[in-house]
Amino acid sequence: MTEIQEDRLLDCSGLSCPLPILKTKKTMDGMVGGEVLKMISTDPGSLNDVNAWTSRTSNPLLDATEDDGDYIFFIRKK
Amino acid sequence: MGENGTKRMALIASKGTLDWAYPPFILASTAVAMEMEVAVFFTFYGLTLLKKKIKASVSPAGNPAMPMKMPFGPEGFQNLSWPIPNIVSGNVPGFETVATSLMKKTFKNKGVATVEELRDICLESGVKLIGCQMTMDVFGFKKDDFIDGVDIGGAATFLEFAADADIQLFV
Repeated sequence: MTEIQEDRLLDCSGLSCPLPILKTKKTMDGMVGGEVLKMISTDPGSLNDVNAWTSRTSNPLLDATEDDGDYIFFIRKK
Repeated sequence: MGENGTKRMALIASKGTLDWAYPPFILASTAVAMEMEVAVFFTFYGLTLLKKKIKASVSPAGNPAMPMKMPFGPEGFQNLSWPIPNIVSGNVPGFETVATSLMKKTFKNKGVATVEELRDICLESGVKLIGCQMTMDVFGFKKDDFIDGVDIGGAATFLEFAADADIQLFV
């Protein structure tokens, strides 16, 4: 499996709802189409929230994994 | 649906305590992040959330389900819920201030944004904030008491927006 290479990294560790989503949105506003954001969150709710946000805003969620309490998302800007 | 087919959400914020200050600002900021158009109508006690300085507090009196937690000490201690009977929470002077500061500290520890931060995000992202004229008259508030960017109106102003909304909630 090839690693996804991110263009931007956003660390939302320690933040609660709705900040990971709000910061993801704000960061992606500053990116250009096709770029990939890697977002790290420790909020277990973000697994569902990021899925909901990416599907609502049509920004493809390339990958979502959990690693010892860290949730790692790769989102491509549409 | 709003113009150009975007989803639309209309909220009524009617309560001014710290616990109830969160839902309208969380929902409004998130809905805008989800590319919806949002208006919030602030009425009765909710109108105080538009004041320049938010003084929202919280009281366990009358809220028997509210867990009273300590925001310091070992984890086991922090997870304890202290049963505070209304005779104490409603009558001991300063109890509300203590409960409010404990809740704010707990929120901060848990990485929850402050109400002010969420309100700023709402303003920056274009949430329409409508202050209720009738409530202003009743409580003696002036437009100057509020943050910039607030529209003043009444039920008709809100309903005109809400009539085309996909989501309508009363908070």
